[in-house]
Amino acid sequence: MAVDHRTTADPLILAGVTLHSRLFLGTGGFSSLEAMGEAIAASGTELVTLALRRVDPAARGSIVDVVEAAGVRLLPNTAGCFTARDAVLTARLAREAFQTDWVKLEVIGDDRTLLPDAPALLEAAETLVAEGFVVLPYTTDDPILARRLEDVGCAAVMPLGSPIGSGMGIGNPYNLSIMIERAGVPVVLDAGVGTASDAALAMELGCDAVLCASAISRARNPTAMARAIAGAVEAGRLARGAGRIPRRRHAEPSTPEAGMPDFGA
Amino acid sequence: MIVSVNGTPTELAAGATVATVLAGLELPGSGGRGVAVAVGAEVVPRPDWERRALAEGDHVEILTAIQGG
Repeated sequence: MAVDHRTTADPLILAGVTLHSRLFLGTGGFSSLEAMGEAIAASGTELVTLALRRVDPAARGSIVDVVEAAGVRLLPNTAGCFTARDAVLTARLAREAFQTDWVKLEVIGDDRTLLPDAPALLEAAETLVAEGFVVLPYTTDDPILARRLEDVGCAAVMPLGSPIGSGMGIGNPYNLSIMIERAGVPVVLDAGVGTASDAALAMELGCDAVLCASAISRARNPTAMARAIAGAVEAGRLARGAGRIPRRRHAEPSTPEAGMPDFGA
Repeated sequence: MIVSVNGTPTELAAGATVATVLAGLELPGSGGRGVAVAVGAEVVPRPDWERRALAEGDHVEILTAIQGG
Protein backbone atom coordinates (compact mmCIF):
# COMPACT_ATOMS: atom_id res chain seq x y z
CA MET A 1 0.00 0.00 0.00
CA ALA A 2 1.31 3.41 -0.91
CA VAL A 3 1.15 5.99 1.84
CA ASP A 4 -1.44 8.62 1.03
CA HIS A 5 0.29 11.85 1.96
CA ARG A 6 -2.69 13.90 1.03
CA THR A 7 -4.47 12.72 4.15
CA THR A 8 -1.95 14.48 6.38
CA ALA A 9 -2.90 18.03 7.29
CA ASP A 10 0.71 19.07 7.54
CA PRO A 11 1.69 20.53 4.20
CA LEU A 12 5.02 22.13 3.36
CA ILE A 13 4.82 25.70 2.13
CA LEU A 14 7.71 26.31 -0.22
CA ALA A 15 8.01 29.72 -1.88
CA GLY A 16 4.28 30.17 -1.37
CA VAL A 17 3.38 26.82 -2.93
CA THR A 18 1.65 24.17 -0.83
CA LEU A 19 3.14 20.69 -1.16
CA HIS A 20 1.36 17.82 0.57
CA SER A 21 4.22 15.38 0.08
CA ARG A 22 7.50 16.16 1.77
CA LEU A 23 9.39 13.83 -0.56
CA PHE A 24 10.93 15.39 -3.66
CA LEU A 25 12.03 12.95 -6.34
CA GLY A 26 15.17 13.27 -8.41
CA THR A 27 14.66 11.58 -11.76
CA GLY A 28 18.28 10.63 -12.45
CA GLY A 29 19.18 6.96 -12.68
CA PHE A 30 15.88 5.33 -13.64
CA SER A 31 16.27 2.59 -16.24
CA SER A 32 13.34 3.93 -18.28
CA LEU A 33 10.69 6.62 -18.37
CA GLU A 34 8.15 3.93 -17.46
CA ALA A 35 10.06 3.01 -14.30
CA MET A 36 10.32 6.70 -13.45
CA GLY A 37 6.60 7.21 -13.94
CA GLU A 38 5.77 4.28 -11.67
CA ALA A 39 8.11 5.57 -8.96
CA ILE A 40 6.60 9.07 -9.18
CA ALA A 41 3.17 7.59 -8.61
CA ALA A 42 4.32 5.27 -5.79
CA SER A 43 6.21 8.05 -4.01
CA GLY A 44 3.28 10.45 -3.88
CA THR A 45 5.74 13.24 -4.69
CA GLU A 46 4.55 16.55 -6.09
CA LEU A 47 7.96 17.92 -7.10
CA VAL A 48 10.47 16.21 -9.39
CA THR A 49 13.82 17.35 -10.71
CA LEU A 50 14.90 17.41 -14.33
CA ALA A 51 18.19 18.25 -16.00
CA LEU A 52 18.99 20.02 -19.27
CA ARG A 53 21.29 18.51 -21.87
CA ARG A 54 21.84 18.73 -25.61
CA VAL A 55 18.96 17.40 -27.70
CA ASP A 56 19.60 13.77 -28.56
CA PRO A 57 17.92 12.84 -31.86
CA ALA A 58 18.00 9.17 -30.78
CA ALA A 59 16.11 9.78 -27.53
CA ARG A 60 12.79 7.98 -27.13
CA GLY A 61 9.85 9.71 -25.46
CA SER A 62 9.76 12.97 -23.59
CA ILE A 63 10.38 13.14 -19.88
CA VAL A 64 8.38 16.36 -19.72
CA ASP A 65 5.33 14.56 -21.09
CA VAL A 66 5.66 11.82 -18.46
CA VAL A 67 6.15 14.25 -15.61
CA GLU A 68 3.29 16.48 -16.68
CA ALA A 69 1.01 13.48 -17.12
CA ALA A 70 1.77 12.64 -13.49
CA GLY A 71 0.55 16.10 -12.52
CA VAL A 72 3.66 17.04 -10.56
CA ARG A 73 5.64 20.26 -10.48
CA LEU A 74 8.98 20.48 -12.33
CA LEU A 75 12.20 21.46 -10.62
CA PRO A 76 14.97 21.94 -13.19
CA ASN A 77 18.49 21.56 -11.89
CA THR A 78 21.90 22.86 -12.93
CA ALA A 79 23.62 19.51 -12.48
CA GLY A 80 27.06 19.29 -13.99
CA CYS A 81 27.84 23.02 -13.75
CA PHE A 82 31.24 23.82 -12.30
CA THR A 83 31.06 27.62 -12.45
CA ALA A 84 28.57 30.24 -11.32
CA ARG A 85 28.38 31.49 -14.92
CA ASP A 86 27.39 28.10 -16.33
CA ALA A 87 24.87 27.50 -13.55
CA VAL A 88 23.23 30.90 -14.08
CA LEU A 89 23.03 30.35 -17.83
CA THR A 90 21.61 26.85 -17.35
CA ALA A 91 18.98 28.21 -14.95
CA ARG A 92 17.96 30.84 -17.51
CA LEU A 93 17.67 28.14 -20.19
CA ALA A 94 15.64 25.95 -17.84
CA ARG A 95 13.26 28.83 -17.20
CA GLU A 96 12.85 29.21 -20.95
CA ALA A 97 12.35 25.49 -21.53
CA PHE A 98 9.95 24.74 -18.67
CA GLN A 99 8.33 28.11 -17.90
CA THR A 100 9.20 27.85 -14.23
CA ASP A 101 11.20 30.21 -12.04
CA TRP A 102 12.14 27.38 -9.73
CA VAL A 103 15.66 26.02 -9.94
CA LYS A 104 17.62 23.48 -7.98
CA LEU A 105 20.96 25.25 -8.02
CA GLU A 106 24.02 23.03 -8.14
CA VAL A 107 27.52 24.38 -8.59
CA ILE A 108 29.91 21.50 -8.21
CA GLY A 109 33.51 21.73 -7.04
CA ASP A 110 34.95 18.60 -8.60
CA ASP A 111 34.01 15.36 -10.33
CA ARG A 112 35.21 12.99 -7.66
CA THR A 113 33.25 14.36 -4.70
CA LEU A 114 30.48 16.29 -6.48
CA LEU A 115 30.57 18.54 -3.43
CA PRO A 116 29.25 22.09 -3.79
CA ASP A 117 31.70 24.91 -4.55
CA ALA A 118 30.63 27.28 -1.77
CA PRO A 119 31.80 30.68 -3.11
CA ALA A 120 30.52 29.96 -6.63
CA LEU A 121 27.22 28.64 -5.25
CA LEU A 122 26.66 31.80 -3.24
CA GLU A 123 27.53 34.00 -6.22
CA ALA A 124 25.16 32.13 -8.54
CA ALA A 125 22.38 32.15 -5.92
CA GLU A 126 22.63 35.90 -5.48
CA THR A 127 22.52 36.49 -9.25
CA LEU A 128 19.52 34.22 -9.78
CA VAL A 129 17.53 35.62 -6.86
CA ALA A 130 18.06 39.10 -8.35
CA GLU A 131 16.65 37.77 -11.65
CA GLY A 132 13.49 36.56 -9.92
CA PHE A 133 14.29 32.88 -9.60
CA VAL A 134 13.08 30.73 -6.72
CA VAL A 135 16.47 29.34 -5.81
CA LEU A 136 16.77 26.00 -4.03
CA PRO A 137 20.51 25.48 -3.57
CA TYR A 138 22.22 22.12 -3.12
CA THR A 139 24.68 22.94 -0.38
CA THR A 140 27.04 21.34 2.12
CA ASP A 141 25.96 20.66 5.70
CA ASP A 142 27.72 23.86 6.82
CA PRO A 143 25.25 25.93 8.89
CA ILE A 144 27.08 29.18 8.13
CA LEU A 145 26.92 28.67 4.37
CA ALA A 146 23.23 27.82 4.75
CA ARG A 147 22.69 31.12 6.55
CA ARG A 148 24.54 33.02 3.83
CA LEU A 149 22.36 31.37 1.18
CA GLU A 150 19.26 32.32 3.14
CA ASP A 151 20.60 35.89 3.50
CA VAL A 152 20.91 36.31 -0.29
CA GLY A 153 17.29 35.24 -0.69
CA CYS A 154 17.20 31.50 -1.35
CA ALA A 155 13.73 30.00 -0.83
CA ALA A 156 15.14 26.94 0.93
CA VAL A 157 18.48 25.34 1.67
CA MET A 158 19.17 21.80 0.53
CA PRO A 159 22.11 20.33 2.44
CA LEU A 160 23.69 17.01 1.64
CA GLY A 161 23.71 14.23 4.21
CA SER A 162 26.64 12.66 2.37
CA PRO A 163 27.91 12.90 -1.23
CA ILE A 164 25.51 12.54 -4.17
CA GLY A 165 24.80 8.92 -5.01
CA SER A 166 26.90 7.63 -2.11
CA GLY A 167 23.98 6.20 -0.13
CA MET A 168 25.98 6.92 3.03
CA GLY A 169 23.10 8.56 4.89
CA ILE A 170 23.57 11.53 7.19
CA GLY A 171 27.24 11.90 8.02
CA ASN A 172 26.93 14.79 10.44
CA PRO A 173 23.52 14.98 12.10
CA TYR A 174 24.82 17.61 14.54
CA ASN A 175 25.61 20.09 11.77
CA LEU A 176 22.23 19.42 10.25
CA SER A 177 20.53 20.02 13.60
CA ILE A 178 22.33 23.35 14.05
CA MET A 179 21.31 24.39 10.54
CA ILE A 180 17.68 23.44 11.20
CA GLU A 181 17.56 25.31 14.53
CA ARG A 182 18.71 28.52 12.88
CA ALA A 183 17.06 28.32 9.48
CA GLY A 184 14.31 30.73 8.53
CA VAL A 185 13.57 28.84 5.29
CA PRO A 186 12.76 25.18 4.73
CA VAL A 187 15.68 22.74 5.02
CA VAL A 188 15.57 19.89 2.53
CA LEU A 189 17.98 16.97 2.82
CA ASP A 190 19.26 16.68 -0.72
CA ALA A 191 21.80 13.89 -1.04
CA GLY A 192 23.09 10.79 0.63
CA VAL A 193 19.88 8.88 1.35
CA GLY A 194 20.58 5.17 0.86
CA THR A 195 17.42 3.67 2.25
CA ALA A 196 14.24 4.50 4.12
CA SER A 197 15.78 4.89 7.59
CA ASP A 198 18.05 7.70 6.33
CA ALA A 199 15.00 9.65 5.17
CA ALA A 200 13.23 9.02 8.48
CA LEU A 201 16.27 10.27 10.40
CA ALA A 202 16.41 13.44 8.30
CA MET A 203 12.81 14.20 9.13
CA GLU A 204 13.26 13.30 12.81
CA LEU A 205 16.13 15.78 12.96
CA GLY A 206 13.70 18.42 11.74
CA CYS A 207 14.26 18.62 8.00
CA ASP A 208 11.19 19.97 6.22
CA ALA A 209 11.51 17.59 3.28
CA VAL A 210 13.83 15.04 1.66
CA LEU A 211 15.00 14.97 -1.94
CA CYS A 212 15.88 11.52 -3.11
CA ALA A 213 17.10 10.21 -6.47
CA SER A 214 19.55 7.31 -6.55
CA ALA A 215 18.19 5.58 -3.44
CA ILE A 216 14.96 5.08 -5.35
CA SER A 217 16.01 5.02 -8.99
CA ARG A 218 18.90 2.58 -8.48
CA ALA A 219 17.14 0.34 -5.95
CA ARG A 220 16.51 -3.19 -7.19
CA ASN A 221 12.80 -2.39 -7.05
CA PRO A 222 12.43 1.38 -7.47
CA THR A 223 8.66 1.39 -7.04
CA ALA A 224 8.84 -0.48 -3.73
CA MET A 225 11.65 1.77 -2.51
CA ALA A 226 9.64 4.85 -3.49
CA ARG A 227 6.84 3.61 -1.23
CA ALA A 228 9.27 2.78 1.56
CA ILE A 229 10.93 6.17 1.51
CA ALA A 230 7.61 8.00 1.25
CA GLY A 231 6.48 6.13 4.36
CA ALA A 232 9.75 6.94 6.12
CA VAL A 233 9.43 10.64 5.35
CA GLU A 234 5.94 10.66 6.79
CA ALA A 235 6.95 8.58 9.84
CA GLY A 236 9.92 10.82 10.53
CA ARG A 237 7.79 13.94 10.25
CA LEU A 238 5.22 12.53 12.67
CA ALA A 239 7.94 11.46 15.11
CA ARG A 240 9.53 14.90 15.00
CA GLY A 241 6.20 16.49 15.86
CA ALA A 242 5.44 13.89 18.51
CA GLY A 243 8.65 14.68 20.40
CA ARG A 244 11.12 11.90 21.10
CA ILE A 245 12.12 10.98 24.66
CA PRO A 246 15.53 12.15 25.84
CA ARG A 247 18.46 9.76 25.52
CA ARG A 248 19.73 8.36 28.85
CA ARG A 249 22.80 6.40 29.77
CA HIS A 250 20.84 4.14 32.15
CA ALA A 251 17.48 2.41 32.15
CA GLU A 252 14.30 4.17 33.17
CA PRO A 253 11.55 1.69 34.18
CA SER A 254 8.27 2.09 32.42
CA THR A 255 6.46 0.01 35.06
CA PRO A 256 5.82 1.69 38.43
CA GLU A 257 7.85 0.34 41.38
CA ALA A 258 5.21 1.38 43.94
CA GLY A 259 2.97 -1.48 45.00
CA MET A 260 5.55 -4.21 44.45
CA PRO A 261 4.64 -7.24 46.62
CA ASP A 262 7.02 -8.61 49.22
CA PHE A 263 7.37 -12.40 48.82
CA GLY A 264 9.39 -12.84 51.99
CA ALA A 265 12.94 -14.10 52.37
CA MET B 1 28.73 29.82 -43.16
CA ILE B 2 29.79 27.31 -40.54
CA VAL B 3 27.97 27.33 -37.21
CA SER B 4 28.51 24.96 -34.32
CA VAL B 5 25.24 23.20 -33.47
CA ASN B 6 25.52 21.25 -30.23
CA GLY B 7 29.21 20.92 -30.89
CA THR B 8 28.90 19.78 -34.51
CA PRO B 9 30.15 22.15 -37.23
CA THR B 10 27.17 22.70 -39.49
CA GLU B 11 26.96 24.40 -42.90
CA LEU B 12 24.12 26.91 -43.05
CA ALA B 13 22.97 29.31 -45.76
CA ALA B 14 23.48 33.01 -45.15
CA GLY B 15 20.50 34.48 -43.32
CA ALA B 16 19.85 31.30 -41.33
CA THR B 17 18.16 31.82 -38.00
CA VAL B 18 17.74 29.76 -34.86
CA ALA B 19 14.45 28.53 -36.32
CA THR B 20 16.32 27.29 -39.42
CA VAL B 21 18.50 25.10 -37.26
CA LEU B 22 15.59 23.80 -35.18
CA ALA B 23 13.62 22.89 -38.30
CA GLY B 24 16.38 20.44 -39.22
CA LEU B 25 16.09 18.57 -35.92
CA GLU B 26 13.53 16.17 -34.58
CA LEU B 27 12.60 17.83 -31.33
CA PRO B 28 11.29 15.75 -28.45
CA GLY B 29 7.89 16.42 -26.92
CA SER B 30 5.15 18.31 -28.63
CA GLY B 31 5.82 21.65 -30.30
CA GLY B 32 9.35 22.06 -29.03
CA ARG B 33 8.07 22.26 -25.46
CA GLY B 34 10.85 21.61 -22.99
CA VAL B 35 13.45 22.94 -25.42
CA ALA B 36 15.70 25.95 -24.87
CA VAL B 37 18.28 27.57 -27.12
CA ALA B 38 21.44 29.54 -26.40
CA VAL B 39 23.67 31.28 -28.91
CA GLY B 40 26.94 31.62 -27.11
CA ALA B 41 26.02 32.75 -23.61
CA GLU B 42 22.78 34.39 -24.76
CA VAL B 43 19.46 32.67 -24.13
CA VAL B 44 17.23 33.03 -27.19
CA PRO B 45 13.58 33.07 -26.05
CA ARG B 46 11.15 31.07 -28.13
CA PRO B 47 9.39 34.13 -29.64
CA ASP B 48 12.78 35.22 -31.06
CA TRP B 49 13.71 31.91 -32.73
CA GLU B 50 12.40 33.05 -36.13
CA ARG B 51 14.30 36.32 -36.18
CA ARG B 52 17.52 35.57 -34.33
CA ALA B 53 20.04 35.51 -37.19
CA LEU B 54 23.17 33.42 -36.88
CA ALA B 55 26.68 34.42 -37.87
CA GLU B 56 29.79 32.53 -38.92
CA GLY B 57 31.36 30.81 -35.92
CA ASP B 58 28.32 31.07 -33.61
CA HIS B 59 27.90 28.33 -31.03
CA VAL B 60 24.29 27.22 -30.91
CA GLU B 61 23.26 25.00 -28.01
CA ILE B 62 19.85 23.32 -28.22
CA LEU B 63 18.91 21.77 -24.93
CA THR B 64 16.08 19.69 -23.63
CA ALA B 65 15.00 17.86 -20.52
CA ILE B 66 16.61 14.62 -19.48
CA GLN B 67 16.37 12.60 -16.30
CA GLY B 68 18.58 14.12 -13.65
CA GLY B 69 18.79 14.30 -9.89
